[in-house]
Amino acid sequence: MCLAVPGRITSITGDDPWTRTAKVSFGGVLVDVNLAYLPDVKVDDYVIVHAGFALSQIDEAEAALIFEELSRLAPDLEEGGEPAA
Amino acid sequence: MKFVDEYRDSAAAEKLLGAIRGLVTRPWTIMEVCGGQTHAILKYGIDELLPAGVTLLHGPGCPVCVTPLEKIDRAVALASRPDVIFCSFGDMLRVPGTDRDLLSVKAAGGDVRIVYSPLDALRIAAENPARQVVFFAVGFETTAPGNAMAVYQAKRADIRNFTVLVSHVLVPPALEAVLGSPGCRVQGFLAAGHVCAVMGYTEYLPIAARYHVPIVVTGFEPLDILQGIHLCLKQLEQGRAEVENQYSRVVSEQGNRPAQALVAEVFQVVNRAWRGIGEIPRSGLGLTESFAAFDAERRFDLSAVGPRPEPAECIAGLVLQGLQKPPECEAFGGRCTPEHPLGATMVSPEGACAAYYRHRRIAAGQGSVR
Repeated sequence: MCLAVPGRITSITGDDPWTRTAKVSFGGVLVDVNLAYLPDVKVDDYVIVHAGFALSQIDEAEAALIFEELSRLAPDLEEGGEPAA
Repeated sequence: MKFVDEYRDSAAAEKLLGAIRGLVTRPWTIMEVCGGQTHAILKYGIDELLPAGVTLLHGPGCPVCVTPLEKIDRAVALASRPDVIFCSFGDMLRVPGTDRDLLSVKAAGGDVRIVYSPLDALRIAAENPARQVVFFAVGFETTAPGNAMAVYQAKRADIRNFTVLVSHVLVPPALEAVLGSPGCRVQGFLAAGHVCAVMGYTEYLPIAARYHVPIVVTGFEPLDILQGIHLCLKQLEQGRAEVENQYSRVVSEQGNRPAQALVAEVFQVVNRAWRGIGEIPRSGLGLTESFAAFDAERRFDLSAVGPRPEPAECIAGLVLQGLQKPPECEAFGGRCTPEHPLGATMVSPEGACAAYYRHRRIAAGQGSVR
């Protein structure tokens, strides 16, 4: 039930902070999303959406960290990363 | 899709698995808290790729599974009333009550509607002023802000024919219940990323310290889960018990403050019964007095629908606490299937039993139990 999906904001309508609404694209499928809990997001930002509410803006710098960590792990892979039997 | 596909890359997963294999020197048992993580682990077979001795136990983080029988019976009673439009997230409809589920109420002519957002239920109330609209407000901290918003907006717009049947639960008290259980085998947790997106993770610091367990806030894609496992195992091997944040692209330390503020205005912490586990003190949310007018259990007389015993054959309570795995149940896959579930863990797509069944672990699952 806590499924929440990342999508890109394509447009924002409304001035009332309680009902400000975005169109969010999930791989091209557009869904109306309430922005009351993320007052500062703007068009082209990526947000995590759950049950019609944007709950968190995706931090793009943090999103890349796992791949930097992986490149640090890579030398280990060369020595000990063979698949398990 | 961006922020999804790259976290499913198999070469990257192999790197993380290599790192995990190079790290582990003894057996460890880790519990992933969220049903969404359980589903991903079974779907991608992550548990079977881990080194022998590293065991994943599946936690209580499926709200569909832990909503008590009494609440399901009350939902059925409300949905059966001719003056009520009963709105719910779709995954609650097939959860068995004592006598029947919400879907059978709908089949018998009850006005039961599946909604995507609690605001959809509020809109239905505004459009049907002569009917009573009840929304089934279940979920963990992730779902609470949306449900709080629906109640708050109902009050703001004076929509008086809208009420909620509340069965909200909280993760930290459940972790403490798991850790306090006499048979507890859990040595580390993968905490539920989207719960922490709302709440942050400071409330896990005292739990990690008191029980000396590492707690790693973890996402839901395969690479997230593998990295969460890697971080957790690293702590275990080094004797550390800290709160770490694997899911930092989504989760900040303080969480979503506006969401926390509205949840705190609309809801208060209450004792809550968990299906299969029993009552856990201060483990749920109920409406505050200011919003009591929107409480379905106050508006409608439900006193005839009290606590009922669970079906004796179902071991869902043990599964939810990580004490048994689904294939260890005699009814699993035979008398209990997603089509004819004995308990809620077989109903919800996020339930551990349904995840094992769906990903064809009936036979193979026996080998992956330990």
